[in-house]
Amino acid sequence: MNKNKNLLEVENLTLQFDTDEGRITAVDNVSFSVAPGEVLGLVGESGSGKSVTAKSLMKLNPGNAIYSPETKINLHLENRSVDIMQLKSSKDMLVARGGAISMIFQEPMASFAPAITIGDQMVEQLLIHTDYSVAKAKKYSIEMLDRVGISDADKRFKQYAFELSGGMRQRAMIAMALSTKPKLLIADEPTTALDVTIQLQVIELMKDLVKEFGMGIIFITHDLGVIAQTADKVAVMYLGKLIEQGAVRDVIRNPSHPYTQGLIAALPKLDDLDAPLVAVAGDIPSPLERPPGCVFHTRCPVELGAQCRSMVPDFSSVASGHTVACHLIEASNVLDKKVAVS
Amino acid sequence: MNDRIKTPLIATKDLSVHYPLRSTKLFGPPPVVRAVEGVNINIAPGSFFGLVGESGSGKTTLGRALLKAAPITRGEVTYNDGEVNFDLTDIEKQDLQEYRRRAQLIFQDPYAALSPRMTVRDIIAEPLEVMGITKSREETDQRVREIAAKCRLNLEHLRRFPHAFSGGQRQRISIARALVSNPKFVVADESVAALDVSIQADVLNLLKDIQKEMGLAFLFISHDLSVVAHVCDYVAVMYLGRLVETAPTRQLFAAPRHPYTKALLSAIPSLDPDDYGKAEKLEGEIPSPTNPPPGCKFQTRCRFAVDICRTQEPKLETEEGHDVACHRWRDLMEA
Ligand SMILES: Nc1ncnc2c1ncn2[C@@H]1O[C@H](COP(=O)(O)OP(=O)(O)O)[C@@H](O)[C@H]1O
Ligand SMILES: Nc1ncnc2c1ncn2[C@@H]1O[C@H](COP(=O)(O)OP(=O)(O)O)[C@@H](O)[C@H]1O
Ligand code: SF4
Ligand code: SF4
Ligand SMILES: [Mg+2]
Ligand SMILES: [Mg+2]
Repeated sequence: MNKNKNLLEVENLTLQFDTDEGRITAVDNVSFSVAPGEVLGLVGESGSGKSVTAKSLMKLNPGNAIYSPETKINLHLENRSVDIMQLKSSKDMLVARGGAISMIFQEPMASFAPAITIGDQMVEQLLIHTDYSVAKAKKYSIEMLDRVGISDADKRFKQYAFELSGGMRQRAMIAMALSTKPKLLIADEPTTALDVTIQLQVIELMKDLVKEFGMGIIFITHDLGVIAQTADKVAVMYLGKLIEQGAVRDVIRNPSHPYTQGLIAALPKLDDLDAPLVAVAGDIPSPLERPPGCVFHTRCPVELGAQCRSMVPDFSSVASGHTVACHLIEASNVLDKKVAVS
Repeated sequence: MNDRIKTPLIATKDLSVHYPLRSTKLFGPPPVVRAVEGVNINIAPGSFFGLVGESGSGKTTLGRALLKAAPITRGEVTYNDGEVNFDLTDIEKQDLQEYRRRAQLIFQDPYAALSPRMTVRDIIAEPLEVMGITKSREETDQRVREIAAKCRLNLEHLRRFPHAFSGGQRQRISIARALVSNPKFVVADESVAALDVSIQADVLNLLKDIQKEMGLAFLFISHDLSVVAHVCDYVAVMYLGRLVETAPTRQLFAAPRHPYTKALLSAIPSLDPDDYGKAEKLEGEIPSPTNPPPGCKFQTRCRFAVDICRTQEPKLETEEGHDVACHRWRDLMEA
């Protein structure tokens, strides 16, 4: 038995890439955890480092990736722990990749080999990761396709991914990802390319499956509404930094980082059509020109001056389990403490 | 209301766009994609007209047909801006050139559509040069600078290449290019879909400002109903090539009549986690336009479908300036 109650623990993940234009920092000192049966929503705009964070968990980043020595990623399974950063041999990696951790992507075609039928791919995966016979793997694969709401599963089993509609392909990918009964599922923008109607079907399907299989999920999206409807916990990223983290209700109802507040204010709300649309001022800086101090200071409406421009803010707590990296919160927390003391 | 205001800028009657496919069968007629079927639409001058629906419903094809960039199989499209009027189904080459100046498309990403070797100035100037609108380089530069300023691009930006720009800036370049010929009608097809939320509002506000200032009409195609709710004054909902509901924005969002519109609205993910499970889930997917179901096109997914829905296609009914095509909309509103 593993005493650790978390399934996944990521500590101080820092990831840089060597590029033609220089070394860029894609993820900067990020820590989070996921418990079994828990859905962690990872939200942020394009380029904030969501996908590379996800890929780090399976060491899927390409050769130009450089992890800092402080980076720790531990996967706690029932009877053992896997130190992902230490994985080297492709056999070790397979355990993490197709077995204990599965990943689904925005574009399902990325998961399917174009010239192999969906069924053959599912069976092949099961033969690698389980001791199923071919007949059993086939039967189970068809059951999984049926379970994710694909009608005529035995017919679809023999089809190629390109023959399915976008929504069906997404379901087939989920079926394939879940067939090995992973402990952790990483879903990178699984509904971004879908219509809202199909997105709702996929969200409900995924929620049902978490309940049934009890796995942990990292659900990546740029859509706060999708986070609100899927996640238990949320972590907000901006330019490679985690800037706010907490229970989904706390973060959405009481966003405390100026960036999270700006993101929520920028969403067009259906219940108030007269509300003006307010953008977060300015553009997201290029990773080659990452601002020093607080990474958000170039766009922050309440920036405090030298402190924000030169010092990286620490995490401070606004409520139990709700933390924010912002000097403003730090300052008001200090004030609160002083008031409490006097 | 006087007649001038009532004259639509763009009007279609029974507009259909069909794409014949290569036959896979030996006998029988080749299959046809009915991308747009029997659409009647009136777009008033100076309006911000929204077009929504799931992918594959025919939005892009309809937008292109209005620009005469998709084949019009049947029906009429007329354009009348008070200065000129054209019948797009029967238009002379010279008139078509004039129409191209007055009706424009905003590309989703000019960088993807244009040569990376062109400067921003050249990208914006190209329509003027291709259409021979300006007489000299000075005049072209003058026009480019004016429209660029409206789109919040400065002289320094004009000298640069598009790859150096962020998504929001590229979209502003794209808008400037579409507007440089001083059009009266602009189709914006998913113009903010690729933008991050934090900058999306900026581009939407720009479009609104420009529309008011230049008095042009937008056909704003989007899959995002919340965005449409905020910027459009009129909205049409499309399903499988047909318009199923059209109404002034507020009316449509306050009291949607068509079951499809209701389901689309309900599926927008709420920001309140406690709303989980309250959304009305629409089962299945949009059918193929090659083989649409008989009767109401929505009957295969509609939980209110009854016998008549399976045999008879509902006609568009108008009440209080709000159009809907559903046999049961009245009893469903009462319920
Ligand atoms: N293989 C790579 N080489 C160099 N830079 C990369 C690579 N992969 C990602 N990046 C950069 O890392 C940053 C984070 O990217 P990503 O994780 O894809 O963002 P997100 O998924 O949040 O949109 C971006 O600036 C991106 O350009
Ligand atoms: N050039 C074409 N040839 C054949 N079919 C087409 C063509 N363009 C669009 N279609 C089909 O017409 C239907 C409507 O497409 P489209 O107008 O792109 O819808 P939307 O923009 O609402 O997603 C789709 O089924 C699409 O596959
Ligand atoms: S640390 Fe300063 S710049 Fe950063 S979000 Fe807080 S107030 Fe704004
Ligand atoms: S006509 Fe019938 S099937 Fe069509 S939307 Fe109305 S109730 Fe549903
Ligand atoms: Mg990504
Ligand atoms: Mg389209």
